[in-house]
Amino acid sequence: MAISGFSDIETQATLKKELPRISGSEAVIRSFIAEGVDTIFGYPGGAIIPVYDALYDYRDKLNHILVRHEQCALHAAQGYARATGKTGVCIVTSGPGATNTVTGLADALLDSTPVVLISGQVGSKLLGTDAFQEINFLEITHSVTKWNCQVKRAEDIPEAIAKAFYIASTGRPGPVVVDITKDAQGGMLDFEYKPTRFIRSYLPYKEIDIDQINEAARLINLSRKPMALIGQGVILGGAEQELKEFLEKSGIPAASTLLGLSALPSDHPQYVGMLGMHGNYAPNIKNRDCDLIVAIGMRFDDRVTGDPSNFGINAKIIHFEIDPAEVNKVVYADVAVLGDVKKSLPLITEKISKSDHTAWLEEFHACYNIEREDIIEPAIERRGAHLRMGEVVDAVASQFDDAILVTDVGQQQMFASRYFRFKQTRSIITSGGLGTMGFGLPAAIGAKIGAPHREVCLFVGDGGLQMTLQELGTIFQSQVGVKIILMNNGYLGMVRQWQELFYDRRYSFTELTNPNFELIAKANQISYRCIERHDELDEAIAQMHATEGAFLLEVRLEREENVFPMVPAGQPVHDIRLE
Amino acid sequence: MDKEFIITIFSENRVGLLSQITTVFTHRNVNIESLTASESAIDGIFKHTIIVKNDPEKVANLVKQIEKKIDVLKVFCYTPNEVVLQELALYKVQRSRNVEDLVRKHNVRILDIHDDYIVLEKTGHKEEIRELYHMLEPYGVYQLVCSGQVAIIKSRRELLDEYLSQVNELKKKILNE
Repeated sequence: MAISGFSDIETQATLKKELPRISGSEAVIRSFIAEGVDTIFGYPGGAIIPVYDALYDYRDKLNHILVRHEQCALHAAQGYARATGKTGVCIVTSGPGATNTVTGLADALLDSTPVVLISGQVGSKLLGTDAFQEINFLEITHSVTKWNCQVKRAEDIPEAIAKAFYIASTGRPGPVVVDITKDAQGGMLDFEYKPTRFIRSYLPYKEIDIDQINEAARLINLSRKPMALIGQGVILGGAEQELKEFLEKSGIPAASTLLGLSALPSDHPQYVGMLGMHGNYAPNIKNRDCDLIVAIGMRFDDRVTGDPSNFGINAKIIHFEIDPAEVNKVVYADVAVLGDVKKSLPLITEKISKSDHTAWLEEFHACYNIEREDIIEPAIERRGAHLRMGEVVDAVASQFDDAILVTDVGQQQMFASRYFRFKQTRSIITSGGLGTMGFGLPAAIGAKIGAPHREVCLFVGDGGLQMTLQELGTIFQSQVGVKIILMNNGYLGMVRQWQELFYDRRYSFTELTNPNFELIAKANQISYRCIERHDELDEAIAQMHATEGAFLLEVRLEREENVFPMVPAGQPVHDIRLE
Repeated sequence: MDKEFIITIFSENRVGLLSQITTVFTHRNVNIESLTASESAIDGIFKHTIIVKNDPEKVANLVKQIEKKIDVLKVFCYTPNEVVLQELALYKVQRSRNVEDLVRKHNVRILDIHDDYIVLEKTGHKEEIRELYHMLEPYGVYQLVCSGQVAIIKSRRELLDEYLSQVNELKKKILNE
């Protein structure tokens, strides 16, 4: 025993000798490569120079996209993550570089997007002295990250990064910050990378409770008027096929949340539309008639539930959810199936009997026909003096078959998600939870870089575009071929709509006097065209489609168009208004 | 209806964790009545005891939000009758014959005696500590400090140990995969 024990130690010692001795900065880069990272979005600065210096030698392995503002590094990483399913990676410097990322982190937290952010920090001896560009970034980001940590020694870098990737991408994904002091970046270590596979205080996947599966199956088999609500959890879990099998065996009509769009193709016979404040008429109005709601990987956001006490008022609720903290948070679940939907859906599909809800599904179709006549056809028809958002989205969707839709926030977001059509999963990237104006342009950049072979169509308003307008520079420098459809109505349209409907048309500071977008596009060498007539629409979109690289299509719209249907905030969803 | 709950939180011993936990309370507008934190009986594991008065449903959600914090191992939530609660208080009181009588009657320890004041220690329930304060008040209380309440569960089961052994099983399973 003693001898073999001795030889063990010896082997370990020999192994240790073979470990490469490298700097903390290089360890950051090599840890990324070990995690399969190929793209980084970032912005250099004083406290992160050592990492950028190490990156210089790895330019052939890592594609670094230089954004124009750190907030956009995060949004681009989000776009990348949502288009690819991989974890987005960002590098920024300390102080202002770090604080600029807060909006992006918050957006990623609310929309469950896996992102790892490396922030530089002043040297450990300077911590707490209010040194140049020092800010307590851990404290600032506690509320906007899934996890964060500070590394003050080079030898702790690989483990911190391994934990960061594990935490960001498992369970309910989210943003993670690793704050690395400048002396840790400069220090030396014997580099060895071991991916994290277990953390005792973090168990991301719950064992699926078979009793709950049985109870859920019993309720589904008994139900005569069930409705499934699909959330982003299906996409995050990669459970699109499992969802389809469940729906096709159960025959249940399925609606989608904003972030759940594209998990099920838009033309699936059981798909009945989008939920929410500006969602489709049928899934909102039928909410009251349901006797069972099967919520799959969604969290009952208030934009989906309206008044939660009236949500599914005649229905039992089954909640398939990975995050225990979401169960009973907003809406009480009669049955909660905790765990990854990729595992739980097949178990339920096996237990339920083959069923057909044709008559019930017909009721949804009847409601859809009302909406089509009253809302959809008038919205997409080429009529009236001016172009309108619905017809523009519809026309773009017709020519850009199977593109990734990226939106900003506001009216164009709602029109785009209502009238775009989805064929494959991971085809919508939008800021749902935080509702971040300015998200669209950088997210579209990230999406195009992550999915270079797919078309990326960004719908953005004149307000939202100007919030992160500087990213046109990123598009120019990195030659990112996004198609930007600028929905220009000269207003912050969604707020203006609310002012019209609920504040007596008092348009307080929602009117924009805009710059010349053509000059801005040209300055960034981005192809540009402006249209304002119905007869220009198809041809302009065809031109955009045929153009290699980025394109900015400015569409001058009817100025005071409203998005309908609409559930007034805080009202029951069955009080949805068609006008 | 607001009720009292004793929330015990077991966590890794990490810088900034307490502030992460208290953020969960402030985010949901829940006031903390009492908070104590110290190393638990298990090496490397920290124990926080937080007392709140709030709506039971809100507290149940709060508990889940705390447990969601990556470095939190496990959270337990008890009603007052499931635990033994104690608090320690120190009183700095002007010396007088009446005070000495109270000391004898209430089983209070004298920690320090000076020419013009004495320091008393009382361990007990919050109400007992309050009650003694009111009795001493007429004779001049210079200062009162309280430790915050600590709690020990009445059940014989060691819930954290059970949890940790489950976690260890899981760890073996995952690492062997």
